[in-house]
Amino acid sequence: MISVDIVVLTIVSIIGATTPLLIAATGELVTEKSGVLNLGVEGMMLMGAVSGVGATIATDSWILGLLCAAAVGMAFSLLFGFLTLTLMANQVASGLALTIFGAGLSAVIGAPLVGKRVHRIPDLEIAGLTDLPIIGPIFFGHDPLVYFSLISLAAVSWFLFRTRAGLALRAVGESHDSAHAIGYRVIRIRYAAVAFGGMMAGLGGAYLSLAATSLWAEGMTAGRGWIALALIVFAAWRPLRLLLGAYLFGIFWIGQLAVQGLGLPIATEFMGALPYLVTIIVLVIISRDSTKFLLDAPACIGKAFHPTA
Amino acid sequence: MPTETTPRLELRSITKAFPGVLANDQVDLTVMPGEIHALLGENGAGKSTLVKIISGVLHADSGDLLWQGEPVTIPNPKAARALGIGMVFQHFSLFEALTVAENIELGMDHSGNRRTLEARIEEMATKYGLPLEPRRHVHTLSVGEKQRIEIIRALLLNPKLLIMDEPTSVLTPQEAETLFKTLRQLAREGVSILFISHKLGEIKALCHTATILRGGRFITSCNPAEESPKSMAEMMIGERLTPPERSDTDHSGVGRLVISNLSAPAESQFGVKLDAIDLTVRGGEIVGIAGVSGNGQSELMAHLTGERLAPSASMISIDGVAVGRKGPSDRRDMTAAFVPEERMGHAAVPDMTLVDNALLTSHRRNGFTLRGFINRLKSEGYAQIVCDAFRVKHRGIRHAAGHLSGGNLQKFVIGREIEHTPSLLVANQPTWGVDSGAAASIQQALIDLAQGDSAVLVISQDLDELLTISDRIAVLHDGRLSQARPTGDFTIEDIGLAMTGHEMADNTGPSEQNNTRSAT
Repeated sequence: MISVDIVVLTIVSIIGATTPLLIAATGELVTEKSGVLNLGVEGMMLMGAVSGVGATIATDSWILGLLCAAAVGMAFSLLFGFLTLTLMANQVASGLALTIFGAGLSAVIGAPLVGKRVHRIPDLEIAGLTDLPIIGPIFFGHDPLVYFSLISLAAVSWFLFRTRAGLALRAVGESHDSAHAIGYRVIRIRYAAVAFGGMMAGLGGAYLSLAATSLWAEGMTAGRGWIALALIVFAAWRPLRLLLGAYLFGIFWIGQLAVQGLGLPIATEFMGALPYLVTIIVLVIISRDSTKFLLDAPACIGKAFHPTA
Repeated sequence: MPTETTPRLELRSITKAFPGVLANDQVDLTVMPGEIHALLGENGAGKSTLVKIISGVLHADSGDLLWQGEPVTIPNPKAARALGIGMVFQHFSLFEALTVAENIELGMDHSGNRRTLEARIEEMATKYGLPLEPRRHVHTLSVGEKQRIEIIRALLLNPKLLIMDEPTSVLTPQEAETLFKTLRQLAREGVSILFISHKLGEIKALCHTATILRGGRFITSCNPAEESPKSMAEMMIGERLTPPERSDTDHSGVGRLVISNLSAPAESQFGVKLDAIDLTVRGGEIVGIAGVSGNGQSELMAHLTGERLAPSASMISIDGVAVGRKGPSDRRDMTAAFVPEERMGHAAVPDMTLVDNALLTSHRRNGFTLRGFINRLKSEGYAQIVCDAFRVKHRGIRHAAGHLSGGNLQKFVIGREIEHTPSLLVANQPTWGVDSGAAASIQQALIDLAQGDSAVLVISQDLDELLTISDRIAVLHDGRLSQARPTGDFTIEDIGLAMTGHEMADNTGPSEQNNTRSAT
C-alpha cells in the first residue's frame, strides 16, 4: 500500500518540478504576448542556473545569487532583443542561437563550479502551519520561489488583462502596425517584455541549481526551457491554463521518474515522451476551433516590425 | 465661429519622399474652423501620406505646419491627439483579438476605467446612430462595424479637427445621412473636418471646400457646391472621365448560377445564419446584392466560393451542376471565378509577387502548370496582360502585391479573373475604397463580361454602383435575401430602407411584387 507520506512526498516533488517551468513560462508568456518569440529560454535558464550558483558561492547569499541570476538572464535576453528588435534579425534563428550560446557559455563559466555545493535556498517555516500534518508540507513548507512562481503568474495575469500597460503590450503583439499608428512605441514595449522574459528565465534556471538541487551541472536544465515554450502554446497564451499545464507537466516529469524508480514495465522513453505527446494532442484539440485559437495567439508573433510604414 | 480668420490648420509646401516616389510635392492646404474640407485625389495621389503627416504618423521632409496660426511639429500620434486632431483611418488600425472597448481605450490617452468607457461608447453609439457592442471582439465584426469603432474612437476625443478617410464607403445611404448630420452638427460647433471620400456626390452635398491632389501635387481648390461630380472627377484624374456604359441585352439566358433554398447555421455566435436564400443569375445579366455588411454577405460569399460547403449539394448549382458540396478549385474548374471582399490576405497574398498572385487562382487553367511544374513564361505573360488590360499601376510584375495601392490591387484581382472570361463571376464589394477612375473601369469590365453571356453577381454596399451596373437587385438583411427585382423598380430610398431591415413589402405594394414576377 502506498502510504500517506509517499503521496505527500510525491506532491511536494511535483511542486518542485513544476516551479522552474512555471517561472520561465510566465516570463516567456509576457514576451510572446508582445509579439516576440524568444526560443532562447533554455539558454537563458542555463545562464541563470550557473550564475546563481557562482554568485551564491562568491557572496554566500542566496538572495544575491537569485538577483544575479535574474540580471544575467535579463542581460542575455537583451542581447536577443538587440539582434531581433534593433537589428531586425530573424527571431527563430536568433533564439536558437541564444540557446546554443547559453549552453556553451554556461558550461565554460561553470566548469570551475562543478562539484561545489551551495546551501539550498531554505524552506519557509511558518509557525504552526508548516507542522500541520499533510497540509503543512503541501502548502506551507516550500522555498520562497514556489510562492513567487504563483504570485508572479497572478500578477502577470492581472497586468496583462486588467491594466492599461498590459493592454498596450497585447496590442503590440496583436498588430504592431496598428499600435504604431495609434502612437505606441512598439520597439520599446517589446524590449521591456523581452527583458522581463529573460529575467524570469534566469530565475527559473536558478531555481534548479539553488532550490531543486544545490549545485551546478552542465546542461542541468535538461530541456525544461523547451517545455516552458511548449507550455505556452499548450495553454493558448492564457495564464490559468498555463498554471494547469505547468502542473500537468510537473506530474508527468515526476511520474516518469517514479516509473523508472519503481521499475514498472513501461518504457521510460515512452514516459519521457508523454508530456510532448500530450502537448501535440492538446494542440490538435484546441486548434479544431481555429477562430478561438487565433484569438488567443498573438497575431504578430515572430514578425519583425519595420516602423517606416 | 466660422467668422474666425485664423485657419485651424495650415500646411505650407509639405514635401515627403519615399524611396522612388515623391508622395507629396509642395502641398498647401488650409482648413478653417468649422469647415468641412474635402481632400480629393485618386489612389496614390498622396492623400494618405498627407493625412499621416497631419496625424503624426509620418514626418514631412520639408514644409511648415501651422495649428491655429502657430507653427508646430507633430512628432507622434499622441501629440496630434493632444492638439485635438482626431483620425479615422482608411486601413483600420484595429486589433482583431481585442474587444471594441479595448480598441477604443488604446486610442485614447485618458480613458478612465473600463466601465465608464463602455457607458460612454454606448452613449456615443446611440447619439450618432452607430450601434456598437463594447464587449464584442473585433474579429467578429463586419467591415462596416469596424469603421464605427474608428469613428467613435475619434469622437470620444472631442477633436478640433477630425480627419475622416472614406468614412461612408461602408454605410447605407441612411447611415451616411445620419453621419452627415453629425458632421454638420460638429462643424457648427466649430470642429473642422477633413473629409476624404471617393463619392463625389457626397462631397458636393456635404463639403464647403475641396482641395484636389494629383500625383502628389496640389492641383486646385474649388467649391464642391459649384462643381459637378463629373467635373471634380476629371480634375482628379486629369483627363476626361467615361462613366460605365451598358446597352440593354437579352436577359432570358439560362440560369448559370442557381441558389435554391440555401440555409446554413451561423458559424459562431456572432456569425449570421443564412435563411432560405433563392436566387438565379442568368448568362448575360448582372445581379446586385445590396445590404449593410454583417448581414450575411461574407457567409453567402463563402458558400458561393466553396470556402464553406452548403448543407446539401443541390442548394448551389453552376451551369446545371450541383456544386454545393464542392470546394473552390472544383468550382473554378467549371470556369467560375470569385473576388472576395478583403483584397489583402484573402484575394491576394501581399508578400507574393503579382505573377504568383495571378497564378494562384488560375493554375489549373490555360496550361500555366504542366504536370505540377509552373510555366513561368506563360504566367508572367498573363500577369503582364492583366496589368496592361486593367491599367494597374505597378513597379513591375515581380514586385510584391502588397506594394500596390488599394485601387490598383483591386483592379488586379478583378482583372486576373475577368481575363479568363469566366462563365460566372461573383464579386464581393468590387470597388470598395477604390477611386472613381478605377471604379468606373472595374464596373465597365463587369458590364462587358456580362455582355459576353457570363453571369455576374455583385455583392456591394455601394447603391450607386448597383443601380448603375445591375440588371436586377436583391437586398440581403439578417441572412435573408429579398426577391431580385429589375433595377428600374427601385429608388435609392427603397433599397436603403430594406437594407436597414424594413420589410420590402412596407414600401412596395402588392402590385409591384406582381410586376417583379412578370419581369423575372
